[in-house]
Amino acid sequence: MRKILRWRWTPWAALAAAAIFPFIAGAIDAQYLVRVGGVIGLFMLLGLGLNFTLGYAGLFDLGFIAFYAIGAYTTAIAMRAGVPAPFALVLAVLVTLAVRALLGLTILRLRGDYLAVVTMGFGEIARLTINNLDALTNGPKGLQLAPWRPLSFLSADPNIQYYLMILLAVAAGVIASNRLEDSRVGRAWIAIREDEIAARLSGIPVRQYKLLAFTLSAAYAGLAGGLFAQWEQFVTPESFVFWESILVVSIVVLGGMGSIAGVLVGALVLVGFPPLMQWKLSADWINYRYLFFGLILVLVTLFRPQGILPSSRREAELTS
Amino acid sequence: MLIQQVVNGLTLGAIYSLIALGYTLVYGILTMINFAHSEVLMLGAFMALGLAALLPAVFGTGLVGLVGMFVLSMAGAGLINVLIERFAYRPLRNVSRLAPLISAIGVSIILQNGVFLWISTQSLRFPEPVAIGQVEVFGATISSLQIIILGLALGLMALLHFFVEHTKLGKAMRACSDDIQTAGLMGINPNYIIALTFFVGGALGGAAGVLYGMNYGSIKYNLGFLPGAKAFTAAVLGGIGNIRGAVLGGFILGFLEVLASGYIPNGAQWRDVIAFTVLIIVLLVRPSGLLGEKIAEKV
Repeated sequence: MRKILRWRWTPWAALAAAAIFPFIAGAIDAQYLVRVGGVIGLFMLLGLGLNFTLGYAGLFDLGFIAFYAIGAYTTAIAMRAGVPAPFALVLAVLVTLAVRALLGLTILRLRGDYLAVVTMGFGEIARLTINNLDALTNGPKGLQLAPWRPLSFLSADPNIQYYLMILLAVAAGVIASNRLEDSRVGRAWIAIREDEIAARLSGIPVRQYKLLAFTLSAAYAGLAGGLFAQWEQFVTPESFVFWESILVVSIVVLGGMGSIAGVLVGALVLVGFPPLMQWKLSADWINYRYLFFGLILVLVTLFRPQGILPSSRREAELTS
Repeated sequence: MLIQQVVNGLTLGAIYSLIALGYTLVYGILTMINFAHSEVLMLGAFMALGLAALLPAVFGTGLVGLVGMFVLSMAGAGLINVLIERFAYRPLRNVSRLAPLISAIGVSIILQNGVFLWISTQSLRFPEPVAIGQVEVFGATISSLQIIILGLALGLMALLHFFVEHTKLGKAMRACSDDIQTAGLMGINPNYIIALTFFVGGALGGAAGVLYGMNYGSIKYNLGFLPGAKAFTAAVLGGIGNIRGAVLGGFILGFLEVLASGYIPNGAQWRDVIAFTVLIIVLLVRPSGLLGEKIAEKV
């Protein structure tokens, strides 16, 4: 297992397998799983994003889904105003980055669990504002979007098209995370997480680096939200409840904080599991899927508290 | 009108305070957010419902029945909280800060779905504990239910205060909350005190669940989530880990909610936004809550 994970071609093989999957899914009667795959991909993006805040900078965020919502609503509102779809995505990323930076500037001096509660509060404020600001967001009734189908030359099925686009975004996100992790910035983040005071004494501008990690997270959420809006062609506040923020935190912690591979596996397990049960099990069992989901959360945490695939650095700390 | 709102705010605030105490007691000792607390309060309400069907045969429907239902539900909820700690948190105690949190989320999902699958997917009617009368005070209508809720909640808070400040076990709890390792060296068994804390916190949560059921007249498998999240906010507002802070935070949040819905146009829609905005502003001015101690930066 270790060997397979360390093998340098493993990520590319996984990417290739994921890219071929929707085309063979039709043959094995699994079109449903293509849709599930797209949702898993969106949560992989969210997990990769939160990983900057939680995994690298060690800041606890319980309202991350707000930025997914802001990305989705920015895209929807921009596209309805006539902005071309690709630019709407760019705009979504920029707007989420700006909001996140402003939030970070105000609240990052809070510590630990106080930060968690304030981010949770922000998440709820964002959702309720979207829900109540009828003039801009059409409230609980949601916003409808015109279809955008850039990959129609590959397949006629919009689910397959968006699956592939999300896959592309995940691949780009993984590469970006990976390069950042190994950069000067990444090393600074790890130093801060390990020992903030030592990092400060070594001349690392702690506040700025924390703000950078906190802000960068939003780019992933904004992109994921934009893709989600374009794929569904419909956004409502219903999709952005507190529970979804918890799910993203669980993905990062259960996968292994600060580990890119861990976040991907965490999303695969946690987001993939309930629909997979729904797909394969008889009706009697479908209702039990969230019960089993809870059991998985508890059992995996009890037996692998460091996460399914922890970063090697973190594992060394925990076992020493 | 104002007096009416004040009474409503007090009732809601009392319930929030009781729940917030459960969060803050556990946080004070283990510095962990007990995410499953909202499910403990939900289970407290469901146990009360079950007991309300069973107990009248034993105790009759009068005051004795009501008290019996209340006390037994509290004990049950406390016991559930102790079991959760034993199996889901204790093995993770020294592993990392976030592992128990994820395990708590898992427990919360299991309990909620357990009730959903095996008890009821629908709202169940919660019986009225006594015949409800109305009292007119200065032009405000106060139902006897509100008086009962307020009385029970304040009584429990007084009891908690006495327990923590004036008994040996309470002293041990305070010692553990100050420094659990040193308390262990002084001959206090930390595992026992932690279990006790979970029991007390769970019992208060269970009591809040019963009061919540009485107040709204119906209960459902997901009833714990919203008051749980708000009470947690209240605990943080007052300064998490601080018992008086939790009570203060609970009442402030209750009042904010009631006043926002009563006096601001479209206030009912925006009341949670207002509550959370106040929270953020308070924390920006006082980063460790209203009554929380300033955390010294470690060197």
